[in-house]
Amino acid sequence: MKNSSVIQKLINAPYILWSVLFVIAPLIMVIYYAFTDRTGAFTLDNVKSIGDYLSTFILSVGYGAVATLICLIIAYPFAYFLAHTGASFQRMSVMLVMLPMWMSFLIRTYSWMTILGDSGVINSFLGRFGIEPLSMLNTPGAVILGMVYNFLPYMILPIYTVMAKMDGSLIEAAQDLGCGKLHCVKKVILPLSVPGIVSGITMVFVPSVSTFYITQKLGGGQINLIGDVIEGQFQTANNYNLGAALSLLLMVMILICLGVLGYFTDSEDEGGVLI
Amino acid sequence: MKNNPVIIDLQNISVSFGEQKILNNISLQIHDGEFVTLLGPSGCGKTTTLRIIAGFLNPDEGNVIFEGKNINGVPPYKRQVNTIFQRYALFPYLNVYENIAFGLRLKKMKEKDIQAKVKEMLELVNLKGFGSRNIDSLSGGQQQRVAIARALAVDPRVVLLDEPLGALDLKLRKDMQVELKNIQQKLGITFIYVTHDQEEALSMSDTIVVMNNGEIQHIGTPTDIYNEPKNAFVADFIGESNILDGIMREDFNVEFEGMRFKCVDKGFSQNEPVDVVVRPEDVDIVPENEGMLKGEVTSVTFKGVHYEIIVDINGFKWMIQTTEKSEVGDRIGISVKPDEIHIMKKSEYSGLYGDYSSFSEEFDILSDPTVSEEDSE
Ligand SMILES: Nc1ncnc2c1ncn2[C@@H]1O[C@H](COP(=O)(O)OP(=O)(O)OP(=O)(O)O)[C@@H](O)[C@H]1O
Ligand SMILES: [Mg+2]
Repeated sequence: MKNSSVIQKLINAPYILWSVLFVIAPLIMVIYYAFTDRTGAFTLDNVKSIGDYLSTFILSVGYGAVATLICLIIAYPFAYFLAHTGASFQRMSVMLVMLPMWMSFLIRTYSWMTILGDSGVINSFLGRFGIEPLSMLNTPGAVILGMVYNFLPYMILPIYTVMAKMDGSLIEAAQDLGCGKLHCVKKVILPLSVPGIVSGITMVFVPSVSTFYITQKLGGGQINLIGDVIEGQFQTANNYNLGAALSLLLMVMILICLGVLGYFTDSEDEGGVLI
Repeated sequence: MKNNPVIIDLQNISVSFGEQKILNNISLQIHDGEFVTLLGPSGCGKTTTLRIIAGFLNPDEGNVIFEGKNINGVPPYKRQVNTIFQRYALFPYLNVYENIAFGLRLKKMKEKDIQAKVKEMLELVNLKGFGSRNIDSLSGGQQQRVAIARALAVDPRVVLLDEPLGALDLKLRKDMQVELKNIQQKLGITFIYVTHDQEEALSMSDTIVVMNNGEIQHIGTPTDIYNEPKNAFVADFIGESNILDGIMREDFNVEFEGMRFKCVDKGFSQNEPVDVVVRPEDVDIVPENEGMLKGEVTSVTFKGVHYEIIVDINGFKWMIQTTEKSEVGDRIGISVKPDEIHIMKKSEYSGLYGDYSSFSEEFDILSDPTVSEEDSE
């Protein structure tokens, strides 16, 4: 008994070190900066001035929500059909879904600039038919596209996972009790895939709300989301304290969202779904 | 039971998965209100047969007739047949009440009627007051009851049970056997029950269907199947049997082990080779000089109610169940009454079953150098 608890501690040690170094320490620094001024004295000014950015927050949540919804609408049927195809096709498709994730996020976003740009791939193609170039880059649509494109795999994979390991006998039991095919989706498949949906929403919504790179590259600086503001505070305005306060609020907001989502699932199911 | 009309008629059903033939020309008539058990070793096609009746699988050949109508291709949700799955298949996101109400809601029943029906079902399966419980807070036996209640709530004409008690411990299993049988008799509906436990089959069924390798070996009442098995496979699978090579010399007279025996079977051609079955509990031990056959005891095992004794008679090992103790090495005689000798036609299973040599295998290997040599290769 004693032995095993020592081993347990040894096994846990790197993990604990890791969390202290890269999670807890930065968190404490964020909190410290948020409640101090440039001289290091305690102040609530930073927190108070958050109010000025309320509309940015709302806009960010809006963008995040739209991107998440689109991801869900695309991913759910995709994951469903994927889970119902042959084993080798499934393996290959899952590989293809994950393939872009191995490429740098920056390069992926950059490549969309060359596709959507005024003299980009699409417009030069349209140009051959004498069609005026469409301005697609630097629009809200381009930003949403960037979010959906970048984060879609994070929606597909958890939903696919629940679909693939779904107990077929439950579906048969439902049919047996009088459930037609469509009804089955609503009464069995949907409720059983809730944990996957929740993981997917979390993994898409959180990075969408806080992104700044996508808005800068595909929104051309015209669309300012909260991520851009925070980045600006650190990089340009050099106001670490306000930046930290905004980050803190973003964090709290995300935690609240997660809490609300967690309410819809049994806490026990959630862990198994992520990977 | 046999006077009731036929409710399900399987006509020459065959199914293959790929090259493999899983069911081979199965024909079976099931009467309304009957308790039918499909019995057979693992992989013999019991579940496949149930899936065909439930509509999850369509036969490659043959017809499924329900009350005179061909229901080939009718989807499961349109059949008046409900399944109780082996691993229950309860909906984990619904509580006990909603699980039982699932089929009723699909029927668009009024809320008041649903309530009454669920209450009735909970009482039937002894789960009064469990309505609001979560599925995963229930024990295996309780989940089993919910599964039964859920299937019965929709008033099926036929209930299919695929090894419903397989996951329960022995005591609970026995209780549930009695309970299931009571429920079936009370409601008067047809049960088609799958098991590979022969005792369960014998004690619960009106009719037993013994299957092997996708074929029906024997259909009959439990006593038929036990007393008059159709072939060596059935004799061996149901209970213990000594199965010997014999020759039917004439009606009521069979020869085996070089001796003539009186029996009660007739209708074989003269000198037809046959399989002879003698149940271990039907063999009487007598002093050596009084025995019809004589041999040496090679193993004695105490089984609680009786001793299981293996006797070597001219190289064939008989199993005998008796309340009297013998010692290994004793020379004894055995005697069998005419009505305890059962004659079967030769079949593909002849010679495969019914010799208890394996019982004293360690013994053989020690005393027989050729065997141990082969083994060590
Ligand atoms: N979907 C399938 N694809 C291929 N082979 C299958 C399929 N379903 C069943 N089989 C095969 O059919 C045979 C019969 O299976 P079945 O499930 O009917 O057996 P069973 O009698 O119910 O056995 P058990 O007592 O182990 O449940 C087995 O050899 C099995 O491997
Ligand atoms: Mg089976």
